[in-house]
Amino acid sequence: MSGATEIQNLKDRDPFADEDEESGQNSQSQEKIHIRIQQRNGRKTLTTVQGIPTKFDHKKILKVIKKEFACNGTIISSAESKGMGEVIQLQGDHRLKIKEFLADADAGLGLDEKTIKIHGF
Amino acid sequence: MSGTEEPSIQRRPSRKSVAFTEEKVVVDADGSVTLVPTPIDDNKDSAMSHTPRTPPLSAALGAFTDASSATADGAADGAAPAAIPALDANPDGLDLTLMKKKKKKVKKDDDEAAGEPAAADGEEAIDLSMKKKKKKKVPKEEDEFAKKLEALNLEGAEGAEAAAEENVQEGDMDKGTGIWAHDESRTINYDPLLSRFFALLAQKNPDHASTGTRSYKIPPPQCLREGNKKTIFANLPEICKRMKRADEHVTAYLFAELGTSGSTDGSRRLVIKGRFQQKQIENVLRTYIIEYVTCKTCRSPNTELSKGENRLYFITCNSCGSRRSVQAIKTGFSAQVGKRKKMKV
Repeated sequence: MSGATEIQNLKDRDPFADEDEESGQNSQSQEKIHIRIQQRNGRKTLTTVQGIPTKFDHKKILKVIKKEFACNGTIISSAESKGMGEVIQLQGDHRLKIKEFLADADAGLGLDEKTIKIHGF
Repeated sequence: MSGTEEPSIQRRPSRKSVAFTEEKVVVDADGSVTLVPTPIDDNKDSAMSHTPRTPPLSAALGAFTDASSATADGAADGAAPAAIPALDANPDGLDLTLMKKKKKKVKKDDDEAAGEPAAADGEEAIDLSMKKKKKKKVPKEEDEFAKKLEALNLEGAEGAEAAAEENVQEGDMDKGTGIWAHDESRTINYDPLLSRFFALLAQKNPDHASTGTRSYKIPPPQCLREGNKKTIFANLPEICKRMKRADEHVTAYLFAELGTSGSTDGSRRLVIKGRFQQKQIENVLRTYIIEYVTCKTCRSPNTELSKGENRLYFITCNSCGSRRSVQAIKTGFSAQVGKRKKMKV
């Protein structure tokens, strides 16, 4: 029960610290990455990933994802997405895989899982 | 140890704090609902723990047990650092109170076990096995205070036996005999005092204890298919009434989450574009309840959603009085689905 352990515990996550670190990491005002799903005709679906930090090259991410998930996809430019920033759009339901990819430190982007939010059913 | 934990972790996410009643449940015409307890036992501490972000209780416990078994025969200090990762694992701080309680108990046992070997070396092995058995039991155990208390009492009694001579503390709390006698002057050990506290707590406020264990039940959404491409969500008004939320709010959330649009028909049923199964609607409703209905402080569903001063929505809890702001419903990006020709016009 030494004091050192308690301090260590505090250091780990300071609840009173500014949120700047997290939001600075991400693009503009969006703090979270939203993964959504949309239904198309039949049992086809689209997965959209919104709010990936601009420090990453979206094109390269898409290239890797397309290869890994064996699906096609596209980048919706911020002009097209009406102020939502660049959005990666994939064909099919890849929500969980995308999340794993974004959170994976080695093979993916190594983002904090808490910043990723999965929407949809 | 951790190997045995795996299946329970795998299994865990299926448990939901927001349970939907059985499909067979009859919803009467006058709106009264007969509730049948779901076969899944609600071994759930918090509304949060089934979200993938927070590790399930068993994981946290597993982390604790792993660390503590490593330092089982160490000093009493050994248990404290072990408790910290488990605490960190659940930064939401939602179910910390319950977890802490559990931890404290387990930790106490550790301390006891750590103190024991001085008396008899042979006892240690027995103690360890006993402890392990208990730990394995803990994640599976139902969240009933009585059971925990029983286990605690048992262990406490055993520990006292091992400690032998000095502290034999027994007596019936309710009858006021033994150590609980009115004119008893011996100091009472921590363990029996703690168990008495919880026993009294459970006794005096039965509803208080049950809020942690009982899940919030709403009637299951009734989904019909209209044609091939539309889903009718028939009992939305009823569910909204039960949650005490405006239909529009729930509808907006549903549409935002499902990424579609829709409308309400003549009998206030919701018509959603796209094919959705009951399961999927259930999931969305579940997240809605976690986000917009349950109080994050006391987990009570008895809350009110109101518009605050500056366009922010606030949830006010009726049972504990806490107030928190909730995010406005945002649709986010939605890709253009369907024919381009139609969109142009």
